[in-house]
Amino acid sequence: MKRTLGQPVVVVKSVEKRFGDLVVLRDVSLSVAKGETICIIGPSGSGKSTLLRCINALVPVTRGSIEVDGIEVNDPGLDKLALRKKVGMVFQQYNLFPHRTALQNVMMAPVHVLKQDRADVEARARRLLEKVRLKDKADAYPGELSGGQQQRVAIARSLAMNPLVMLFDEVTAALDPETKKEVLVTIRELAAEGMTCILVTHEMGFAREVADHVYFTDAGVIVEHGPPSELLARPKEARTRAFLDQVL
Amino acid sequence: MKALPNATDLPVLLPPASALTVRPQSELSGGFCARVFAPKVAFGLVLLLALSVCFAEAQAQGAATPRAGVLATMVKWAPLMFQGFLFNILVSFMSMAIGTVAGTLLGLAQISLLRPVRRTSWYATQFFRNAPWLVLLFYCMFLLPFELRLFGIVIPLPAWFKAVIGLSLPVMANVAEVVRGGIQSIPLTQWESAEALAFSRRQTLWMIILPQCLKRMLPLWMNLYAILTMATTLISVVGIQDGMTLTRAALVAEARTDLFIPMYLMLLTWFFLYCYPIARWTVALEQRFAVRG
Repeated sequence: MKRTLGQPVVVVKSVEKRFGDLVVLRDVSLSVAKGETICIIGPSGSGKSTLLRCINALVPVTRGSIEVDGIEVNDPGLDKLALRKKVGMVFQQYNLFPHRTALQNVMMAPVHVLKQDRADVEARARRLLEKVRLKDKADAYPGELSGGQQQRVAIARSLAMNPLVMLFDEVTAALDPETKKEVLVTIRELAAEGMTCILVTHEMGFAREVADHVYFTDAGVIVEHGPPSELLARPKEARTRAFLDQVL
Repeated sequence: MKALPNATDLPVLLPPASALTVRPQSELSGGFCARVFAPKVAFGLVLLLALSVCFAEAQAQGAATPRAGVLATMVKWAPLMFQGFLFNILVSFMSMAIGTVAGTLLGLAQISLLRPVRRTSWYATQFFRNAPWLVLLFYCMFLLPFELRLFGIVIPLPAWFKAVIGLSLPVMANVAEVVRGGIQSIPLTQWESAEALAFSRRQTLWMIILPQCLKRMLPLWMNLYAILTMATTLISVVGIQDGMTLTRAALVAEARTDLFIPMYLMLLTWFFLYCYPIARWTVALEQRFAVRG
């Protein structure tokens, strides 16, 4: 899908990440414009998830620069709170808070972190649950929900912070095919509404359909990138071709 | 029963068969007291007490010199002994309170981001957890001053309070282990997702992590309390007038060997009637939490 794109929101420049001697990312650069949806694909262990974690400072980068809406992430004096207000993240294992209901999960961060008015937050949280089609599950605990339902609550929970960018880390990898679909539909709607999304995914069909730009990573480098119609159909690099042959 | 999310057909992932069997209705429907108190055991103990009294009574009547009845003597001393027993309970409350507060802090210090804090608290925990309670009690009795001077104010430290401190040290170390273990039993992904939602470390701990481990920690904490309550009789060794001391005093005053077994059995029964329900309740809680997960 083609959209008119705005200013760059996330700019990653020559990022390197090491865990001890292990180099997970080397010289990774990419840029995501406002309203753009990009997908990062590649084999396991190629550093995709690490890159996402670097963008919201869950993991510090070793070298290079990541800028999110004007905030430099690789800065010792980084205001993590300001950064994380702008960046929402959804995890593979949902990671809902099991002792709180779906509604409370969505409300917690805006109420306690952003100190917003509880009544306003609750109204917004209910709208968000309705948006992810879980209006009637507001009072259910995570343990009472299916994997797909939990993941949609997790998406609503992130959206409640009104982020500028959403990071999705293999969010459908733990789901069965039917529940996977509900989650993908939700993400597609978000992307269509103009939310800036960065997805790490193994769903090639979904990447082709929803992404404006696809990055293929292998062994910590971006091997090639381009619009999905080109990269997925006519990869230039042998490594990309080998990977796509395996997964398609 | 709600369906488990992501239910699997794989037999390896199922809980052991014993956990799946339906419990008999009687066990579930019985009221709080029936389940918690287990009257059978308590009844058995009271019966044992009665038997020992009868036996001693028979001996007393067969004696050459006339003596007061065993039961009458026990009733005479019971109020004083019971006061002593209540003092044991009071000491257990105070030691548990101090030990829990200090132990929680010590447990939290063990997950500190500062390495020196983490190491020091770990050593302190290991030291107090693996030291005999009586030795710690002796140290506190003889090393703590009888009064504290703080900014010109003199705070007296009576012996009973030093004993409370002495007992709260091992409690502290055990609580620290319970807290640390509870926190570390929560998956790291919970910390990560809270961090991604901009929660601070402290908020994450108090609002997300600790509420989740509380139910896992509660049975262990109650178990520790029951052990502490029984261990409070140790303070009689360092000269505090507790139930144990007063029982011994009563026996010395009566100077009769036939009272030895029934009198101590009476004290023991009080402790049992107090601690056993706690133990049963702990088991009931453990089972409930194990099912819910």
